[in-house]
Amino acid sequence: MNRIFIAGLGAVSPAGWNVAALRSALEKNEPLPIQTLEQPGSEKPLSVRLVPNPAPRPGFLSHPRLRRSSPITHYAASACLEALAGLRANPAAKDFRIGLIACLQSGCVQYSCRFYDEALKDPATASPLVFPETVHAAPTSHVAALLENVPLACTLIGDPSTFLQGAALGAKWLFQNRVDACLIFGAEETNWIIADAFTHLDRQAVVTAGAGALCLSRHEQISLGVELAAITDAHVFSARQSRLIAVQAMRAQLGDLPAGELLCDGLGSSLRADTAENAAFLDYSSPRLSPKRIFGEGMMAAAAWQCVAACEAVAERRFPSACVSLVGSNRQAIGARFVSAGFGLSDLTSKGNLAA
Amino acid sequence: MLFPPFPFPTTPPRVVVTGAGIITALGRGWDINAAGFRAGRRAFRPVTHFDVSRQRVKTAAEVDLPEIFPTTKLSASKLNRLDRAGKMLLLAALEAWQQSGWTPHDHYPLVLGTTAGGMTLGEAYYRQALATTRKRRGQATRAVQYQAHAQAGAVLAALGCNGPATIISNACASGGNAIGHAFDLIRNGQAEQVLAGGYDAVGELVFSGFDSLQALSPTTCRPFDAQRDGLALGEGAAVLTLESLDRARQRGAEILGEIAGYATAIDHHHLTQPQPQGSTTLKVMVAACADARVSPSDVDYLNAHGTGTPLNDSSEALAISEWAGARAATLPVSSTKASIGHLLGGAGAVEGVISLMTLREQWLPPEIEFETPDPACRFPIVQKPRDGRVNVVLSNSFGFGGVNAVLIFRRWA
Repeated sequence: MNRIFIAGLGAVSPAGWNVAALRSALEKNEPLPIQTLEQPGSEKPLSVRLVPNPAPRPGFLSHPRLRRSSPITHYAASACLEALAGLRANPAAKDFRIGLIACLQSGCVQYSCRFYDEALKDPATASPLVFPETVHAAPTSHVAALLENVPLACTLIGDPSTFLQGAALGAKWLFQNRVDACLIFGAEETNWIIADAFTHLDRQAVVTAGAGALCLSRHEQISLGVELAAITDAHVFSARQSRLIAVQAMRAQLGDLPAGELLCDGLGSSLRADTAENAAFLDYSSPRLSPKRIFGEGMMAAAAWQCVAACEAVAERRFPSACVSLVGSNRQAIGARFVSAGFGLSDLTSKGNLAA
Repeated sequence: MLFPPFPFPTTPPRVVVTGAGIITALGRGWDINAAGFRAGRRAFRPVTHFDVSRQRVKTAAEVDLPEIFPTTKLSASKLNRLDRAGKMLLLAALEAWQQSGWTPHDHYPLVLGTTAGGMTLGEAYYRQALATTRKRRGQATRAVQYQAHAQAGAVLAALGCNGPATIISNACASGGNAIGHAFDLIRNGQAEQVLAGGYDAVGELVFSGFDSLQALSPTTCRPFDAQRDGLALGEGAAVLTLESLDRARQRGAEILGEIAGYATAIDHHHLTQPQPQGSTTLKVMVAACADARVSPSDVDYLNAHGTGTPLNDSSEALAISEWAGARAATLPVSSTKASIGHLLGGAGAVEGVISLMTLREQWLPPEIEFETPDPACRFPIVQKPRDGRVNVVLSNSFGFGGVNAVLIFRRWA
């Protein structure tokens, strides 16, 4: 049986260091307060939403591999540990081989800027301790070492739709029996240069940071009662296929979304960036969650939050099913559906809800 | 749909390579690179693309890009937005594409490996953002184009194609993982044809990084030599067109070689250092051979990761020696990084093309500066240009962060 279940969820966001904080902020449905960041050489501050320092400081941060790591690794580690907590507490799953798939867009920008700044000033004194932390694969490596029983890992980079490519890859590893459970995490950190970059691309965006993680498993009995029902193809933006056409194709491939299904969309505060997704889901009248409107532009972390919020809503039985629309910033659109495990893929296909 | 996937085929299709493009400091294209590797030519020179006057090491294997680019479906303005890495990727993709005889359509998946993508644009963005006279012009383009998926989109557009892009960034294993991932897509019935490759350019941040680690050789890069003192950086790209054997036969395509096996795993030992005994590498080599249904005695040449750093080469040498057993005494091994430097995310893909060259043309690439073997080497290093009977090649790629990727290539005759 080609069934994949959600065995755990994790999140770090400007609302706090767990899924409960994410959910609480989404329920309040009010944008979180904005902070400012100083921009070197400029009097004009940049708007961001920062992840608060955890209180108390989590014990895992004292792991030797995390001592010099940057915030993106801390966020990823926390989200993965939370997503894995259920399995770790289950004696039947304690020896599971864990796959780890990291999805990043900007990645390790804090140490990259710091190291490049040092190198420009005087390469002879640029820190060899900082440079390795600039590599996209660094958070994956640290989290794998922290979790220990991780034989297989991969870091994917791309626009936020990549998170669902990561989930599909994780499902494949499970079907191939290469791992017993697979963590997919999306993570980002922020600093002045990312905030500055968004002033060129989307002036209304408030950048933010954090992580989200899904733990996938083939075992329904250890799941949260949520099944991954579908991930659409990647519908690519190109000269021949506009962003709108691509998003509409993704929506069509999700099928006829039943009344009462939750939509976790990627709408933020930018009319321009949101135009295609708005148009493609214009007729959608069931409840929606738009995490970016609460937290800001979290890039891959925001993509992960959308999936975490969708799964959490189904796991807590607030909705029988939920779909996610990930419209990437400049490459492709991918959608996904999650359903209550008792209401599986066979029910959906028999009702014609999934496009072939 | 990406999920649920089609049922995996009960008999996985064989996967062959029908096009290969390569650009390195030796030159652009298969022929000039084959001639260079066959002779063991070294392509290092003083770095010209940024100031290295205050660096410890001042050389790298830089690529000379052509002044006039081949005509593609990419407009001149879009071509100009690509950085050096993107342009190298484009040139490699064009060569592979032309050789393959593929025709444009919208469903070729593209799988790429890179560590830095368009990081030189990111560096330019950073310098401009901190400039005394701040200019906004060009910053939006840099912010978009430094991202690897923008480069992937540009390559597909240049070929008149479209398709989903998957970009793997497992540090220096990225290129090997990209080819392996593409191989898996075809074997699992998820695609019949896939473009795959790897690329990276030498940039100031990365060069400074390796220099700060004192990982760069201040003398001559000599992988597996007892006197080795570091790696040399290079740049370049390679792209392969992979397809099922049935598809290639239907098209009457010329087959350059077969990808017979692939395995990958992560080593938890350290962010930048391999497990000293090479235990993860050993496991991955064993798994790749099992996947390809070959044993060490079947392998005729091993293209090592062989960076030239003391830690990598001793660990890899122990793994190779253990894996090869009795075969080690006669197994020809070399690292082509001695000729073109370490191409980071491009290395695994470029070394994949070199593996195909050895299979097609029946020679072994030498390390001509190699003198004294590391005591851990129980295998001979190819030191002089020579012909050889090559039917199976194993290619190793390892990265910061610990990911190991091993590919097995088989001759198509």
